[in-house]
Amino acid sequence: MNNSYKIIGKPLPRKDGKEIVTGAVNFLNDLKFGNLLFGKVLRSPFPHANIKNIDKTEAEKIPGVHAVLTWKDVPDWKGGTPRHVRVLDKKVRYAGDAAALIAAESEDIAEEAAEHIHVEYEELPAVYDVEEALKPGAPQLYDEFPSNILTPGTPIFGPECLYNINKGDIQKGFEEADYTAEGTFGYENIPNPVPPEPPGAIALWEDPDKVTLWVSNQAPYMDKITLFHVFNREVEVRTIGNPCGGSFGTKVVSWQIQAYATLLSRATGRPVKLIYSKEEHLSSFTLRPGSRMHARIGLKKDGSISAISGRWLVNTGYYSMTTQAQVAVGCGEIMIMSQCLNWDLKSTVVCTNRNASGCVRGFGGQELKSAFIPLLSLAMQQGGLDPFYVLKKNFVKPGQGYFWRDGKWYTYRGINFSNAMDKGAEVFGWKEKWKGWMKPSAESGPLKRGIGVGIHGNADIGEDSSEAYVKLLPDGTATLYLCVAEHGTGQRSNYIKMVAEVLNLPYEKVNITPPDSLINPFEFGPVGSRGTYAIGGAAINAAEDAKMKLFELFAKKLNTSPQNLATENGIVFVRGNTQKKLKWNKMGGDRTIIGYGRFEEDFTLSNCVMSFVEVEVDTETGKTDLIRVVNATDVGKIIDPPGLEGQLNGCLGSGGIDSALFEETVIDIKNGNMLNSNMTDYRWRTFSELPAMDNVIFETPAPSHQFHAIGVGEISTAPGPPAVLMAVSNAIGKWIHSYPVNPEKILRTIGMIH
Amino acid sequence: MKTNSIKSGKQNSGSVNITINGREYCFRIGNNFGEIKPSSTLAHTLRETLALTGTKISCDRGACGTCSVIMDGNPVLSCSILTAECDGSNILTIEGLIDPDTGALDPLQQAFIDHNAFQCGFCTPGIIMTVKALLNKNKNPDENEVMEALSGNFCRCISHYHVIRAVMSVIDDTKEQNE
Repeated sequence: MNNSYKIIGKPLPRKDGKEIVTGAVNFLNDLKFGNLLFGKVLRSPFPHANIKNIDKTEAEKIPGVHAVLTWKDVPDWKGGTPRHVRVLDKKVRYAGDAAALIAAESEDIAEEAAEHIHVEYEELPAVYDVEEALKPGAPQLYDEFPSNILTPGTPIFGPECLYNINKGDIQKGFEEADYTAEGTFGYENIPNPVPPEPPGAIALWEDPDKVTLWVSNQAPYMDKITLFHVFNREVEVRTIGNPCGGSFGTKVVSWQIQAYATLLSRATGRPVKLIYSKEEHLSSFTLRPGSRMHARIGLKKDGSISAISGRWLVNTGYYSMTTQAQVAVGCGEIMIMSQCLNWDLKSTVVCTNRNASGCVRGFGGQELKSAFIPLLSLAMQQGGLDPFYVLKKNFVKPGQGYFWRDGKWYTYRGINFSNAMDKGAEVFGWKEKWKGWMKPSAESGPLKRGIGVGIHGNADIGEDSSEAYVKLLPDGTATLYLCVAEHGTGQRSNYIKMVAEVLNLPYEKVNITPPDSLINPFEFGPVGSRGTYAIGGAAINAAEDAKMKLFELFAKKLNTSPQNLATENGIVFVRGNTQKKLKWNKMGGDRTIIGYGRFEEDFTLSNCVMSFVEVEVDTETGKTDLIRVVNATDVGKIIDPPGLEGQLNGCLGSGGIDSALFEETVIDIKNGNMLNSNMTDYRWRTFSELPAMDNVIFETPAPSHQFHAIGVGEISTAPGPPAVLMAVSNAIGKWIHSYPVNPEKILRTIGMIH
Repeated sequence: MKTNSIKSGKQNSGSVNITINGREYCFRIGNNFGEIKPSSTLAHTLRETLALTGTKISCDRGACGTCSVIMDGNPVLSCSILTAECDGSNILTIEGLIDPDTGALDPLQQAFIDHNAFQCGFCTPGIIMTVKALLNKNKNPDENEVMEALSGNFCRCISHYHVIRAVMSVIDDTKEQNE
């Protein structure tokens, strides 16, 4: 492979590094506006209620209050999948649902006004459990969705959107099985990825039908598109992205807060800023979906899976924006990890009276596999099969395939990840530590150690479209036009690296535009794992296109053909005759050269992470410590070594491995309120509790773009949770069937408490 | 470990004098226009009155360390201290780490750049200020002492490993210079 890259693969400082360490980065809440008003949401204390009456007259009289909006005052703007959730409704569906919006001259005044809005509620019974919500007579959240079942599939993935997997002959598959296991596991602790920066938006309305929004989301162009539809395709939306203080996928579903700010600016004619408090962030912003799977699995002696039959219930909270998309991708991802010939898997997306689920790292697959891998393990346990061996054997290999989100079959043409998996097992010491199912790997008095393994792969590394421009300037610099906001992966710097490598320019000579939808072409955004292959592909193509145009222009000046030209550091020269050269400034001071690049979606490649974990359980207290994590992956080609390592280390937080250990949101089912919606009671890993972490990274060139790289950062959170469940169950000798594996659950399982 | 110990002082008087990043400020405390409200936190005053937005606010209730600044040599949570209680104190924020004459970065800041010791960067100013306060008191902390000092700083991207590497590199550099 080509190891002669000047920039790709080199650990260069992030372009925004100095700004970050000096505090100079302007996150959304750091922007300054004249004439700014502050928005506030009045939230329902009840999990399910009709609004009988709202009296806002008292609130409106408070000096400094500029607008109070209720469901009666706003247009019929709707979001959700299907599009049915009004921005403000006359019914509230979870404790925290928006009942009114306020704009005032300060946050204090807005809060005071909220206390003077008098809402008369008619309380309704509420439901929180996914199976309870399906029962006849259960409280109904929406008239149009009987039994609380949302329409399956999402229109954006096409008419054949994947939500059931039917393939082969399921009966035959079970007949061929040597071991058959059946059971139920749930990954329903519904963690909040909790980026440190809370969700927010700043809106400036311009009559009659334009709005500019400053947003915090890695994919600001998609906010423009989402809002265009939410606003009934009647409003021209411009979105300006800002550095995003963490998202982990969640801020992709920001349409509500953006719509609130828009409505308040529309009502007042002034810019309105609305930033959620951390309590609102935890109790009223989107969460990971809940996942419960009942399935029967057939496994052969040689470790191949012969049949998967089951039902996947997905708890999406009070509405869904992306849940059907997560189901589609999750179904594709379970096929990537299970090269099984016979399938009968059905999914159902169910509404309940808690805050909505949204987009999170691991997008569907993490939710499904955290329930599925333990089920598969039950079958392995019957045959005494080693899970590392079974997971490696069943993961997709070149020439095999899967249904993907659009319901179509794709033949995989990427890397065989087996070598990376083998090396991961070696580094972890899997062979030495594995003592068999439900057996600790080591013990010392009440302390019992256990090991587990999980896997995840995702074909959305090539999902959706991206577009980029590259502008070449006579001063020997280039500008990349790309609507991507930095959200921590360092990808904005990486796109600069790619363009610099193509144009043979120093890293310092390439700039990138602010992520403003008015300036930049279409961009789906760095979501899923598409940043490196899809977005990188568009940036590379734009740079190649610009270079070709540069050579066409200079070929005439150098009396040669464009194919004979090369460029380095802002100088074009004739190949083999470096004396024949011209500086880029010979294009003329009155000219720029624009290249255009596009990426078209490609579902024939996947990434892969296998995670090995070792835990230590104190069987007297029920406390579990995570001792060690080894992640194994093959990325084709590393673009940015420290950034990649950071993404892999991210397996712990943002609703990843720690969602198996201690992260959960707790709803009081007596009143629907979240009991731990603050940073003291919501548990998170601190600096003093770090496990040993090793990342095994292979670079087998992938058939992606010219740098042979594929993205992987997003999925690092996904393989860990089922690995932890496996490890803890092995340590204590009994399966735990739900997450997180908190002390109470452990002590109950081993019979220490009843 | 962070403390929010407050000096006894002229809390009830009409104005407070605070030195922030080497500059002396006098704030009138009150509810009139142009005054600092008695309920205004130090974080709020830094960000809204002085436009020192390098100090970020995340939880706003003293649980995440994001808003950490240095007060009289100690790391404190600026979201949990009232400006009115800061009379006579000396505050250092992330903006004050740069050498005011040369514009040079503090070695700790440079180490964070060199080791990519951040991802989204929102928690970074609070982490840097917490470590800075530690290093002011303990020139040669070991890894465990660094981790303990940072145990109140929330980082969700999991940049912890890179942060520890960056901090230890500064300590190693200092050691080398002293030897």
